[in-house]
Order: sequence, then C-alpha cells, then structure tokens
Amino acid sequence: MLIDFFYTLRSAKLPVSVKEYLMLLEALQVGVVGPNSGKRDGSAGDGAYKIDDFYYLSRTVLVKDEKHYDKFDRAFASYFKGVEMIADFTRDIPLEWLRKNLELELSAEDKEKIEKMGWDELMETLKKRFEEQKERHEGGSKWIGTGGTSPFGANGFNPQGIRIGQEKSRNKSAVKVWDQRAYKDYDDTQELGTRNIKVALRRLRKFARLGNEEELDLADTIKSTAANAGWLDIKMVPERHNNVKVLLLMDVGGTMDEHIHRVEEMFSAVKAEFKHLEFYYFHNCVYDFMWKNNRRRFSEKFPTWDIIRKYNKDYKLIFVGDATMSPYEILQSGGSVEYNNEEAGAEWLQRLTNAFPKFAWINPEPQGVWQYRQSVSIIQQLVSQRMYPLTIRGLEEAIRLLSK
Amino acid sequence: MKFQGSNTYVATPDLMLAVNAAAALKRPLLVKGEPGTGKTMLAEEVAQALRLPLLQWHIKSTTKAQQGLYEYDAVSRLRDSQLGDEKVKDIHNYIVKGVLWQAFTADQPVALLIDEIDKADIEFPNDLLREIDRMEFYVYETRELIKARHRPLVFITSNNEKELPDAFLRRCFFHYIKFPDADTMRQIVAVHFPNLKKELLAAAMKTFYEVRNLPGLKKKPSTSELLDWLKLLVAEDIPLEALQSRDDKVAVPPLVGALLKNEQDVTLFEKLVFMQRNNR
Repeated sequence: MLIDFFYTLRSAKLPVSVKEYLMLLEALQVGVVGPNSGKRDGSAGDGAYKIDDFYYLSRTVLVKDEKHYDKFDRAFASYFKGVEMIADFTRDIPLEWLRKNLELELSAEDKEKIEKMGWDELMETLKKRFEEQKERHEGGSKWIGTGGTSPFGANGFNPQGIRIGQEKSRNKSAVKVWDQRAYKDYDDTQELGTRNIKVALRRLRKFARLGNEEELDLADTIKSTAANAGWLDIKMVPERHNNVKVLLLMDVGGTMDEHIHRVEEMFSAVKAEFKHLEFYYFHNCVYDFMWKNNRRRFSEKFPTWDIIRKYNKDYKLIFVGDATMSPYEILQSGGSVEYNNEEAGAEWLQRLTNAFPKFAWINPEPQGVWQYRQSVSIIQQLVSQRMYPLTIRGLEEAIRLLSK
Repeated sequence: MKFQGSNTYVATPDLMLAVNAAAALKRPLLVKGEPGTGKTMLAEEVAQALRLPLLQWHIKSTTKAQQGLYEYDAVSRLRDSQLGDEKVKDIHNYIVKGVLWQAFTADQPVALLIDEIDKADIEFPNDLLREIDRMEFYVYETRELIKARHRPLVFITSNNEKELPDAFLRRCFFHYIKFPDADTMRQIVAVHFPNLKKELLAAAMKTFYEVRNLPGLKKKPSTSELLDWLKLLVAEDIPLEALQSRDDKVAVPPLVGALLKNEQDVTLFEKLVFMQRNNR
C-alpha cells in the first residue's frame, strides 16, 4: 500500500525514512483522514476520501523542512497526475530515472519487445510522446496506451508516477493545492547548512583537547560532594581549553559575490566554534595588505608582514576564495586589479604558507569547474594542492589535514 | 475530539489537519514559520479548544535537556545534612520534577509546549530523542523509570536559527505556517477586531501588503505587527483618508513604526516613498 508513492518521493530526493512511511500508514489506519474524518465545519463525514486531506497529512508526516515542500509538491503531483507531471520531470531528472522505472515495471516479455526497438530510441519516442501527451491531455483527448498502438503502452506498464490510462484529473480542485507550488521560494538545494559545517569543524576542536593535563573540577566536586551527603568526592576533568587558533583569510567582492551566502554560513559556523579566530579580507589574491572592515578597506589597511609577524605558527591558516582571476593577478607584480602591487601575489602567498605550515584553501566553486580555470591550477600549485571544495566532504578533508 | 480553530484563532485546513494528526497519533508536532505567525499561540489555542491543561517549557540558550526531565537539588541536601534534617535520608525529597516529568505523570492528558527549541545548544534535540519518541526516561538517582501515563500532545516551535538533527525530525510531525494570504488575513483581523470599518481595513491591508512586498526589508512586518498597527489606528482614531491619500501624493502611512521595527527599514521605507514622490 502506497509503496509506489513512497518510492516516488524517494526518487524525488526527499529524505523520507521507513519510520515516517509506517507512521503515515498508521495515521491512515487510525482514520485521521478518510471517510470518517468529518467535514471541516464539524459535521459528520460524507463518506468520501478527500485527496486534499491526504496531501496535507502526508506532507505533515513525511516532510520535515519547508525547503522540501516544493519537491514534495512536484513528486506528489507526479504520482497522482501521472504522465503530465512526468513530462515535466524529464527536464529535471535524466533519462536513467525513466529507464530504471521501466526496467522495474516491465515484464520480461515486454522487455524483449522493447529491446527490438532499442532503449535509446524508445526513450526518445517516449519522451516525445510525453510532451505531446501533455498538450493533448489539456485538449482532452486520449492517453497513449489505451488505444494499443504504441509499442510501450500496449501492455500497460505502470511505474510509480507514470499512470497511463488512469482516470483523468481526479478531483480537479484538490490538484491545485500542490500545483500552486507555493513553497518554491523555500526550496534550497544547497547542501551545506551551518549545522553540518559545525559538525565538520568539531573534528578540529576534538583534536585540540588531546594531551591536556587534568585539573580539579571545582563545580563538579561541590556538586558530587553534596550529592554524597557531605562526604568529600573530588572530581578531576581533562582541561578543556579549545586551543585551536585559526587565521581566516577571505576573498571578497567580484566573482565571490555569488558564493556570499555559503561563505557567510561557513563564517558563522567558524565563529561560533573557535575562540581564537582572526580574520582578514583580501580581493582575488593576497598582496601586501589586507583589511578587516570591508567598508573601510582603503583606510584601515593591515600590512601582510604585520599579520605574519603577529600570529605565531600555531595558527592554522585557512584561505577562502574562488581563486578565479586572471593569472597576471597572481604571477605579475603590478597585476592586481585594484592598485599597483610591488610584489606578485604568488610571493605573498608563498610567504604566508611558509609562515603558517598548517594551511588549506577552501574554494566555494564546484570542484568540477576547477580544471577549466588557469588561475585555479596556479593557486593549487602554490598551496601544494591543498585546495578543497566548500562542501561537507571538502571541509572534512581540509580539517583532517589541518589537525594532523 | 477535533481541533477546528477557535473564535480567537484562525487555522487553515492544513494546519488543522496537522494538529489533528499529531493528536490522533500522539506524536509531537514541530511548528515552524516566520516570527509572528502565531506558533506559540497555536499551542495555547489548541490546549484551550481541546480542554487540555497546557504546560510550557521556554527554551533559552543555556537550557539543558535534563532540566526538562528533573534536577537533583544536591545543594539543599548538603545543607539539610549539615542541619541534621530527617529529610536528608530520602533522596526523593531532592528530586525536582521538570516539565516533561509533570506532563508524563499528569492524571489527564495534557498539552506541552516546547517553545523555540532552536535557541538551545546544537545537541539539545538529540538529548530528547527517547523522551520524545517513547515518552519515558530513567531517573538514575532513584533508579525508577518515568513513563507517560497519557502521551501528552507536544508542540515544538522553532524559528530556524539552528537546523534540527534528522533523527529528531523523523520523530515529529512537521508543519510550516505559511504567511497568511490576504483572505486568511482578513479572517484573522475579523477575529481580533470584529467592529473594524470595512474601508479602513481594506486600506490598511493594502498598505500592509505593499510594505511587506518592498524589496530589501530586514524584518518584514508579520501578522502580529499588523494587529498591533490596527490596534493603534483604532485607538488613535486615524481617519480613513490618511490611509487613502495615495492617489494624488504618496505619503508615509501613519504610525508606520508599528510595522517596521528596524531603524534601517524605516529609513529605507522613507527613502522609497520619497523617490516615488519625485517620480510623479
């Protein structure tokens, strides 16, 4: 029961677990919705199942974040409206999705028939048909398959969501609810939340606690002595100073603007996690000065030499930047886009990485595009390949390196 | 018994269904939504409508999960032992019951509000998994298991300041209170100001949604701000014309400070109004 529905949601990348699915069944069994659920004005139920109610119930039980509401609306529509929505899906979800469903649902005999036609060709035709069908449906004519002319519809395959030959437009008014896609704005495909980042950063913190001496825990001693009805009970704990010191250098402006949200998230996580955190901004590449306040970047300069001298090499140096610029900005003196720098950015980068042996570069650009940017590979060389993408995995790798 | 909204609270059908599902299956209901959309109010109204006593637990950044269960008042026990009080022999005298304990052991089903769970430490929800799921916990000091006699109806509100762990979410039902559309808003206002003049309301609502739709506001005015503003408009007896004067000249609506709570927003708003006036 509803297993297809469950898998439709799963394949729409909704994080639905078995527990939640069982809970939904339980709710249906108890009769939260259904013929006996009663009308909204309080009178007795009219004996009909209301699809609206089912939509709300399943959303309440299965979806736990408003950012998934939009995905849920689409998947729900695809399950209950069949072909019309699938045509939409092919734009988001690649062919494999369709193929997998077909493979699951077709009998061996059908497969044989189809193989004669060839998968790719079939898929192409199928996709075309779907698109056509959407239009035709609105015009009110017949679905594929019912007439028995199409090579794949004749035996009536019924993968989840692809409901060919189902009664049309069940309960039209209800369909509107999820078709409005009112939660589109909340759909937030970025995978990095502050929580995840904090968890990734914890690794660094844990490391800092190792090797500390034990100290007397005064509060706990008093508490346990009292709990012991007055007999002295001394408690010792390992010293818990979080000694990790972080020097964060961040690229601002220009191409970094599109990453601002994720970088902000990372910054807020870092700030909450570390006591000793120093941060400075730079633009594109590090040169002979940096700044702390972006508004007063030209009036309040901090010479890079001073920064190198001020912090000792216990500090872990983290660059955050997309490393996307013209190679001249790194390699040439006078190459900066903003002013005439005496020494090339590469020199300064080298100086910084020499001064702080524990360093890493976090790049918010997706790793896939790095190879196409010359400047990225130059920076990668300069930071001895210690460049990591701004994803949970990338952060974890960077942290692992930093805590070695 | 079904929750149908009440005469002081307008609930949309999806919200009613979420509440009823949570009540039927005795699962906690996690409610999120913009500030001022009535998350905390919901628990109070449901408790009243279903005639359940409401227990409240307001979470602060320093709140520990343990405090909701019980606390062992060791210091008074120490003091009592110094004074030779007889009470000291029984540890039960020093176990202070928390809100969850009270909810679990109440004689009748109760409603429990855990307000602003996102304010607490990041591990806080994880510490409550078993309590929320099985509705039981173990008291180590007295070696007893506290089990819910009636599973309470639990409401949890969150302002999205921190993300909640998946394991926790899986055990809750979830509802996101969407910002009410104009129709729902009219109902809400009607519930709060039954005698408000229609024209004044229409003009005020129009202004309100215009202000809300301004780009770049730091804090958009919400339902509670609209209600406050209407209260002020009524109390000050602002004439209808003051709100409608926008045909010929654009003006800052009266008492706009009730809608915009942020200096920068007010400045931005005035600037925009000024710019529009110049454009004419």
